[in-house]
Formats: sequence, structure tokens, C-alpha cells
Amino acid sequence: MYPASFTYVRPADLAAAEAAFREADDPRYLAGGMTLIPTMKQRLAAPSTLIDIARVPGLSFIRREKDTLVIGACTRHATVAAAPEVRAAIPALAALAGGIGDPAVRNRGTIGGSLANNDPAADYPSAVLGLGAVIRTTRRTIAADAFFTGMFSTALEPGEIITEVAFPGPRRAGYAKVRNPASGYAMAGVFVAETGKDVRVAVTGAGACVFRAAEMEQALARSFTPDALADVRVAAADLNADIHGSAAYRAQLVRVMAARAAAAALSGA
Amino acid sequence: MTSVSMRVNGADVRADVEDRTLLVHFLREHLRLTGTHVGCDTSQCGACTIHLNGEAVKSCTMFAAQADGDEIVTIEGVGEPGRLHSMQAAFQQHHALQCGFCTPGMIMAGIDILRRHKSPDEETIREELEGNLCRCTGYVNIVKAIKAAAES
Repeated sequence: MYPASFTYVRPADLAAAEAAFREADDPRYLAGGMTLIPTMKQRLAAPSTLIDIARVPGLSFIRREKDTLVIGACTRHATVAAAPEVRAAIPALAALAGGIGDPAVRNRGTIGGSLANNDPAADYPSAVLGLGAVIRTTRRTIAADAFFTGMFSTALEPGEIITEVAFPGPRRAGYAKVRNPASGYAMAGVFVAETGKDVRVAVTGAGACVFRAAEMEQALARSFTPDALADVRVAAADLNADIHGSAAYRAQLVRVMAARAAAAALSGA
Repeated sequence: MTSVSMRVNGADVRADVEDRTLLVHFLREHLRLTGTHVGCDTSQCGACTIHLNGEAVKSCTMFAAQADGDEIVTIEGVGEPGRLHSMQAAFQQHHALQCGFCTPGMIMAGIDILRRHKSPDEETIREELEGNLCRCTGYVNIVKAIKAAAES
């Protein structure tokens, strides 16, 4: 399989990337390509121009800014998973990154690409929403609560590029998911964080777009224990139903994954 | 068309290819390095696994143009008859192949696993092989071979 014809460009910096975007008919940015390239091979996407930003200088880094962990948009999953700074500051984030796809995919896929794509079953959106991170772009900063707007859609404007993501360090956090055994994507993945101010619970894989689960947040705010979720009923009305599982089944998975994520947070894993 | 230059198995190569040329097709059809296989062609099976700048990647899911300026090693570059790589020798010794189609990718993945884990246990090896499928289901001996290569 190979995709429809396109023009490949590798700009030297972000300004050149945005200029190339403005000049093309139907451009797409390319970072790791772990979703975009398979999509193009299946001819579900046929951009006129691919603007490869993977090697634009200054987009691949991990640094601490006081209590905040800042990760460059083109930082690969394998790098995040292995980074001592991430493992020390937010171990749940390192574990999440180390569970995306498989090792070869983690050697190419990037955090910025995952967020800009906003696949309903991607892992990173749950961490960004669950930790109340801030997404910095070439034009502005966007709070996680305002970033994910729907299935495969975000608050990014045409041509806008994510440059980095700033994660406030939580008191504790955990992530748990059930993988679809064929695709590896999350059937339900839940990121739970106690931030110091509040408790946030973000669910991926189960709905059309990552979302916060208010009832579980309230239950965990009362008592941050897996048992606190035992009586919480997750509404199935808006959840996905397909050959892999009914909406009611996914609702059950969400509750169980949330409890496991809370347990992981308490164990510091 | 785009001009790509890269170092493949220690040799500098340069070619003009269509922008949409996948790296695996560049290796197989332009360079005639047919040891790298196309299996699922959807980045699930890992038969196309190669090393890009020392790390395992799936060559069916990147364009040759993305590898411009990079260093690539394919199965042809890791050893040769009579002078096998320790991973190849372990696969041979432990009969870690049945039909052999997945084997180049398994060996490239196995070498990458040992790059990151000094002496991985069976569970780690199985987890690390998430992205490499053997349709003969010959995992028992594949895992055994990778473990043996780690110990050798």
C-alpha cells in the first residue's frame, strides 16, 4: 500500500513550517507519522503537502520549570517513558508513554502528534486532561479543558503548531487501561490525578473524545481510594458501542480502570 | 520527486524517489535489500522492522524522505553466513523460526530489546515483542532465543 501523491517538505524552523502551510492547498504537518501515515496508506487522508516538523530544532526536550514538567511537542514516547525527570516527577506519565503502541511505534510517535490528532482511543489526551496540563503553541497557550473539542478535533487553528506541553506536578497520579487485543488501542483508559487543588479523572477510549468524569472526581475527592468508586455508576448513554463491547460494558470498564488507576496512584507506580 | 541520501548497512546511498515512497519499498525495490519484509503493511506485525539511527522502527510506516540523512541497518547488515550476529546464532540454535517470514523483523526487534535491557526476563521479552507477530505462533522459541542471546 502506498498513499496518494504528495509533496514532502522539511522546513528548517517553525516560521518556515507555518509559511509552507499557508502556501499549500491541503497541507498536513507530519511528526512521528504513526497515525497519519497508516491513514494515508488507506487513502483515508490525501494531503497535497506533508510538512515534516519532526526535526525542527527545539521541539524535542524534557525540562523542569519549578513544579511543572515541560515536554517538547516532538519528544517521542520512548524518550518520555525512559526519562528520569518524568519518572521522578510524574511516574504515571512515564508509564502511560511506555504503554503506547509497541516499542517501534514509541520510537517514532510524538506527544504533540498524538494530541493534535486527538484519536478517541489515544493515551496522551487522558494524561493532559487528567493532569490539567497546558498546551503551548506557536500562537498561544490552551488549557487542557479547552483543547479537546471532539472526535479527532481540537482547538488548534489551521496552521497552528503545538510546541510544548506543560504538566503541573500532581500530588499523585495513576493510569490504567484495557487494550483491545487486536489493535492495542484502549477500550477504556482512565487517568486519575490528585493535583493538590482537586481530583481530576479523565477517560479515553470509551467515548467519542477524551472526557472528565465528574461523579468519579467527586467520589475520589471525598476519599482517594479505589473503594470510593465501588458505588459510582458510570453513565453509558454517550459511550461507544461496537463489535468489541457494548456501551454498558465500557461503562463497567471505565469504573474498574478508574479504581486501578487510583490504586496505581496510591502505590506511586 | 525528492532526492534522498542515507547510510544503509555502512554504505552511502543516494537516489531520486517519489515523495510518497515508503522506506520499506526503497530498501526492497531500489536497494534490492529484500530481507526486510512487508507483512501486514499496517504497522502491526513488525516484519518490516529495521534500525534507524540505532533504534527499531517499522519501515512500512515511514517515508524514505523522512530518513534522509539517517543511518539504517537492515537484516542484511547485522551478520553474514559464517559470521552470524549473536541474535541470529541464537535463533538458529533454538529453532526460533518456522516459516521464517517474521524472522528478520524478530531479529531486528530482538537486538533492539537487548540494547535497552541487559538481561530481560521472559515477561519483559514478551511485552517487548508486542509489535512483532509470528503467524506460526512460534513465540516460545523466539523468546528462548532472545533470552539466550542476552546471556551469550
